[in-house]
This record gives sequence, structure tokens and C-alpha cells, in this order.
Amino acid sequence: MKNNKKASPWKSLRVGLIALLCMVVLAYGFQITRVDLQELRSESRQASLIRVIRALAKPDILEHDQVEEVVNLPIYVPCPEDGSIPSGPEQDKSEPYLAVSPTCASPGDVVQVEGFNFAPYTEGPLRFVPGSDPDNIVTLGRDNAETDADGHFIVDMELPNRPSDDVQYIRATLRRNVGAPHLTQTAHDTWDKIVETVFMALLATVFGTMLAIPLSFIAARNLMAPVRSPLASISLSVLGWPIGIVVGYMAVRWVGGLSASIGSTIWINVASVVISPVLIAFGLSWALPQVETTTSPSIQLRLARIGVLILAVLVGFYGLFQLASLAINSGGMLEETLGSFGFVGYFLFQLGDIVAIITPALGALAVGGTLSSVLGRIGQRSSEKMPVSGLKILNIILATVTGATVLGLLGQLVEWMYQIGQPMYTLWIPLSVGGASGFLLALFTKAKDALPIGMVIYYITRTFLNALRSVEALVMAIVFVIAVGIGPFAGVLALGLHTIVSLAKLYSEQVESIMTGPLEAVAATGANRLQTIVYAVVPQIIPPYISYTMYRWDINVRMSTIIGFVGGGGIGFLLQQNINLLNYRGASAQMLAIAVVVATMDYISSVLRERTI
Amino acid sequence: MLQIRNLTKIYEGGVKALDNVSFEVADNQFLAVIGLSGSGKSTLLRCINRLIEPTEGQILWNGEDITAASQDEMRRIRRKIGMVFQHFNLVHRSKVITNVLAGRLGYVNPAWSLVNRFPKEDVEKAILQLQRVGIAEKAYQRADELSGGQQQRVGIARALMQDPEMILADEPVASLDPVLAHSIMTYLEDINKKDGVTVLCSLHFLDLVHRYADRAIALNEGKLVFDGLPEQIDDEKFKEIYGRDAERVG
Ligand SMILES: Nc1ncnc2c1ncn2[C@@H]1O[C@H](COP(=O)(O)OP(=O)(O)OP(=O)(O)O)[C@@H](O)[C@H]1O
Ligand SMILES: [Mg+2]
Repeated sequence: MKNNKKASPWKSLRVGLIALLCMVVLAYGFQITRVDLQELRSESRQASLIRVIRALAKPDILEHDQVEEVVNLPIYVPCPEDGSIPSGPEQDKSEPYLAVSPTCASPGDVVQVEGFNFAPYTEGPLRFVPGSDPDNIVTLGRDNAETDADGHFIVDMELPNRPSDDVQYIRATLRRNVGAPHLTQTAHDTWDKIVETVFMALLATVFGTMLAIPLSFIAARNLMAPVRSPLASISLSVLGWPIGIVVGYMAVRWVGGLSASIGSTIWINVASVVISPVLIAFGLSWALPQVETTTSPSIQLRLARIGVLILAVLVGFYGLFQLASLAINSGGMLEETLGSFGFVGYFLFQLGDIVAIITPALGALAVGGTLSSVLGRIGQRSSEKMPVSGLKILNIILATVTGATVLGLLGQLVEWMYQIGQPMYTLWIPLSVGGASGFLLALFTKAKDALPIGMVIYYITRTFLNALRSVEALVMAIVFVIAVGIGPFAGVLALGLHTIVSLAKLYSEQVESIMTGPLEAVAATGANRLQTIVYAVVPQIIPPYISYTMYRWDINVRMSTIIGFVGGGGIGFLLQQNINLLNYRGASAQMLAIAVVVATMDYISSVLRERTI
Repeated sequence: MLQIRNLTKIYEGGVKALDNVSFEVADNQFLAVIGLSGSGKSTLLRCINRLIEPTEGQILWNGEDITAASQDEMRRIRRKIGMVFQHFNLVHRSKVITNVLAGRLGYVNPAWSLVNRFPKEDVEKAILQLQRVGIAEKAYQRADELSGGQQQRVGIARALMQDPEMILADEPVASLDPVLAHSIMTYLEDINKKDGVTVLCSLHFLDLVHRYADRAIALNEGKLVFDGLPEQIDDEKFKEIYGRDAERVG
């Protein structure tokens, strides 16, 4: 405070130095970005700039059908040496015809070409046709003919350097619009691609959002910080994942085989799809009573309930497989019968395919998660009940096994990716290092201590998200183009992945800034962690989640318009192609389409956002 | 019977919010907790249902050690302890009835509650509780459309849904006007006298303490400085509780 009042010379000097530094940085920036206004003034640049701008101002959207009047006129270049010009067939003066004077000339001479009886106000190229064939499609020159009200034109034309003893031709091709304007091929292509673009953005946003939501919870500090577990529980739940994934994958694959062997006719599909939910509902309502009775159920009853639950889940997966099969079958049928609405069938077919592919993965994850949480609870119970010395031994064994398993699996992953082929480095060392660190961890922590596993998961998730978020979607697209080939699917994957990581970050910040009061109140009623999240966290984050999803949707539309530049599908591909072919009118149509779509989506999303808040 | 033994809470920053506090609360008692702002009232109440982990000491309730309870046992204990907050702590964007039903979360099967399915009896009970606090007609409005006094009644209905044996009320009327304050306190008194629920209630105004409490304890910088009948708080005690410079109002 006191320093501010006096202007000390040191201070002025410092300000001066900072200003100087800024100047130097700017100057350097000018140099390395080659700011060069001279380039703008050069004539050829300006000429092409004007050409491009004019083309851009005429987007290739509408055109007329055209009729052509083509007339050839014989000419000798140079004049025959004997001076005799064989007269061609007499021209019909009631039809369009051409006249040239002189009728022969040397290469490079200028001749005057006159046209009569053409349709009024038409235009088209006036060209020299080399060779003696009047139907030759090769033409030379750049002249243009334009008729007046009487269908007459006069053009001075320079003859090209194509001397020949034979007769050659001058050809006028005058074109005239007929009928109402209609959309050009470019416009049709642009429409197709813009639809593709919008749907790429849509798919990426939908799938990205679905995966970002669960991630955002485990990337939120306030939810994860209170998550603490004793070592035995942590070890068991970590072990539960790989075991559960393998078991679940095999079980669901088995169910899939069963479903396939039962049959894939449409009637079996429909029957299964109808019956399975009923069976599941029965199973669930018996195995999960709505109110927990005060007396805890007997062991037999519990086991029976667990058995029924497992059965219900298996039936559920059977139902999923049958649903997929139903979608594939009916989709195929619809595609054939629906005609122009065949895309509905295609959609169903693809959807069924997706379900069939992800069901085993889903099963693996579900069983992994369940086994992990069941084992975790067993670990929790035993940590509470067991005497310290026994627990210590249990901890040491479990932590060692877990550490070895985790690092061993990571080592195998590295082996699979890089094919090192040295089990010493990818198997034995990770196994022993993992085992040793688990052992040490168990040795140096108190047996009953609850370790902050929540924060560990939080930091791992955050690191992962931050690392992936710093990779641009365009770069991801390049990777996916290599993985799944050029096309919109690569674009969807790239945009989807980018959506997941960036939304997960934004969402988790929203979770971190919720009001803690309701959280506290719901926890105080005896609700468990999941219930607390559903009743106290979810209602609070719905509006910001919607608004961020809309914002992301905006970004995805923009991104999907240019992701085609690297082969990711959508309109960008077309745009880039047209720019490379110097077809600026085509490019202009695509740019216009992008502008319209982006502005429309922008508007829609802002309206929706206003509604939800 | 609730027994607090040598309870100490030291926050991470090193603040000693509770300093070796011991007292007992008989069943069906209405106990007022008083003290200056920052004296540790909220900390004390939150330690009892372990929203805050005490650093040292024991809390026994009907002979069971709350401080040693496992997660599953805590769920069972908490559902018998209702809590009412100064800022109501309702979930604003949820309906009133959902806020009230949240009081059953400790009882219902978690799997069903996650998809917002409650047994029919619970829904009926929620309406009954809302009737008891006089706002049944607001059941299907959003919680943030209610006035402060109405929100606090929803908070009480939520606590009642737990079939509580004890209610912890942390300055339940501090953000309400005096008339509303009395109406809310009357509900708590009613619950205490009619349903036989033990009530621990932190309060800022001594006239409320005199009017509603059977007994009062006072905290000053985390230490228990008074334990007795409200009438026993004379000028001398008052200065001990609130500091030498404090003036009595009301
Ligand atoms: N989460 C926390 N972390 C660190 N210190 C805290 C925390 N919560 C409270 N404190 C400190 O503990 C002391 C007691 O706080 P407490 O909230 O229990 O007081 P109080 O009596 O409820 O006050 P008030 O009447 O203002 O609500 C205060 O000094 C406060 O600054
Ligand atoms: Mg307080």
C-alpha cells in the first residue's frame, strides 16, 4: 500500500523493461510467423484472391438444365501453299452458322469469328479444334462467345500454334438455360455429408455423455475423499475385478451360445424378449424384498436369494442376446420391405449388432464390479471382526497377491503391445515388484486402518483424464482412421473419446461445487453411499450437466465439420477435396452448409439451455 | 440413554472444536445446547451421528458404542437418529415428497430406492407426516418453491420418517422469524413429549431455551462450561458462558 503512492524510478524502469520485452516477443513472433503484407500486394496473389472470392460468392447449389448449340466451322492453319481452299459443305443459313475472316491464317494470327442465328442471350466457349476430326473433344483457347438479342456475336480469336495441312475447325458451343433451377449434384452431396456430420456429432455426444457421467463421479474429490477402506477390503475388491471379468465374460459367452443354439427365428426371439423380463421381474421381487425385515434372514434363504439373483442376471443376458438377434432379423427384413424407409431397418440391424457385440463386455464388467464389491464387503467384515494379529497376516497375504496380480497384468499388457518377448521383464519382475510393494504396504500400515483408496482412484482418474484431454480430437481422429479405416466411424470414435474426457472433467467440477447440506442430511438418515449420490447429488447436478452437454454438442458439431480433413468422415472430407481441386464454387456450397448448420445448432442449443436452467 | 465420554475433536487445521466433553442425556429429555458462535455446538451434534469423526472419546447410546460402529452398524444407528438443520438442507430441485421419503433410505432396500421406488406404506406415511406439520398440500411441489418456515417443516417431516428415537437439531430456528421459530419449536416439543423422542437442540436465544428445554448444556471454546436446568443460568453463569462483555437481551 505505501509503495503505491510514490512513483519510484525503479518502478518506471521496470515498467519500461517489461514493455521492451513485450516488443521483442512480438517482433520475434512476426518473424517466425512470416507476417508479410508485401505478399498481399503482389498482383498475381490479388488476381487469384479475387477469382477465389468471386467463386466463393457463387456457391454451387442451384443450376439449370442446359441445351447446347454446337457449330463447327472449317479453317486452314496455315493457308494451303497452293492458295486453294477447298470449300466445305454449304452452310444452311436458316440454322445457326459461323463465319470467319480470313478463312485461313498462320498460327498466332488473329481472326474474326462471327456467329449468326444462334438463340439470343446465350453464351459459351468458342474454341479451336485441332486435328481433322470435327468431333474431336480436345479443344484449345479460352475465348467466350455471347450472343445479342438477334443471336449474333463477333469475337476476335487468336489461332493457336497447331499448323496442319489438313482442315481444322473452330467450334462454338452456346448454352442456354431451360426450365426451373434445380439443385446441383454438389448440393446433393453436400446435403448427404452434412446429415452425416450432424449424426456424427450426435452419436459422439450421446455415447460420450453416457460414459462421462460415471467417470465424473470418481473424478470428484468431494465424493471420493471420504471413501476409505481397510487393506483387506481394498485387496479383495481389486482382485475381484480381473476374476469377475474373466468369469463374467465366459458366463455371458456361454449364455450367448445357448441363445444361438435355441434358435434365431423371429418367433423364438419375440417370445424370449417378452418372457425374460417377466422372469427377471419375478426373480428380483422375490430376491430383493422392498423392506428389510428386522430379523436377518437365514443362511439358506440368503443363498437361495443369491442363486435366484444370479439366475435372473443370466436370464437378463439371454434376453439381451435374443433382443439383439430380434433386432438383426427384423432389421434385415424391414430394410428389404420398407423401401425408402429402409434406413430404419438398417438402424435396427446395426443396433442389434452393437448389442450383440457389447453384451459380453457388459457382462464381464457387471460381474467384475459385483464380485469386486462383494469381496470388498467380505474384506470389510473380516477387518472389523478379526483379531489384529490374524488380520495382519491376512492383509500381508492379500496385499502381496493383489500387488503381484496388478503389476503382472500390466506387464502382460506391455508384452502384448510391444512384443518384447522377455518374460524376465514383462512377467517375473513386475510380479515380484508388485508382490513386494503389497507386502511392504501391509507390513507398514496398521491392520485396521482405513486407507484413503478413494483419493488414490481420484488421482489415477484425474491423471488419465488430463493426459487424454490434452490430445486434440483431430489427432485422435488420425489414430482412429488408422485403427478402423477412413470414414465417419473413425470420426465418431475420436469425437466420442474427446467428449468423454472433457465432459468428465467439466462434470466432476460441477459435482465438486454442489451444496454439501443436502448431502449431509441424506447421509444422516442412514442412506448408503450410492443412495446419497442418487438422492442428494444427482438432483443438484442435472441442470449443469444438461447445459454442459449442450455446449459439448455445439463443439462436436463444429469439430465434426472439420474432422473429415483427416479422413474422419463428414462434410470436411468433401470440403477439403473441393479446395484441393480448386473447385471453389463447390467448396463455397459446403462452407455455406457448415455455417448454416453451426448457427442453427448454436441457436437450438442456446434455447434448450435456457429452458433447463 | 446417551452417554458422551471425554469427547474431543481436533480438525485437520489444528482447531480444537471439542475439548474433553462429557455428559449424559436421559431418554425423552429435551436438551438445549448453547454457546457462542464457534464454540463447537454443530461439531458436537455431528459427532453423535458420526457425520464428523471424533478424534477421541466415546459415545454410547443405549449401551452401544457409536464411535466403534462399523459402516453397516452405522447405517442401522443413523436411521434411528433424525437430524434437523439450520439451513434445512433440503434437495432443492426434488419434490417435497421425495425429500420426505429420503428419511426412509436407511430402511428400504437400496436396490429399489436407487430407481426411486418406495413401498406404498412409506409413501402414505410421508403424506401423514406432512399433514402433521401442516403442509400436506405442498407434497408435489419442488422444495425450493417453499418458504423457509415450510422448508423447515419438511425437514422435520423427513426426520420423523425415520421413526427416530433421538433428534439432533442444529439451530433449527436460527434462520426464521420469531413467530415461525416458536411454531417450529412447538413441533419439536410435540415430538419430544408425545412420541417420547429424545431431542438435542442447539439454540441461540435463551428465551427459547427457557421455554422449551428440560435441561441445558453450554460450550465455550469446545469446553463444557455449564450443565443444569435452564433456570439456573443466572447473570454470573451467563457471563461464564458467553464471555465477560456479553449483554443479556430478551
Ligand atoms: N470442517 C472444519 N474444518 C476446520 N475447522 C472447523 C470445521 N468446522 C468447524 N471448524 C471450527 O471448529 C470450531 C467449532 O465450530 P462449530 O461449527 O462446531 O461451531 P458452532 O458452535 O456450531 O458455531 P455456530 O453457532 O456459528 O454454528 C470453530 O472454530 C470452527 O472454525
Ligand atoms: Mg453451528
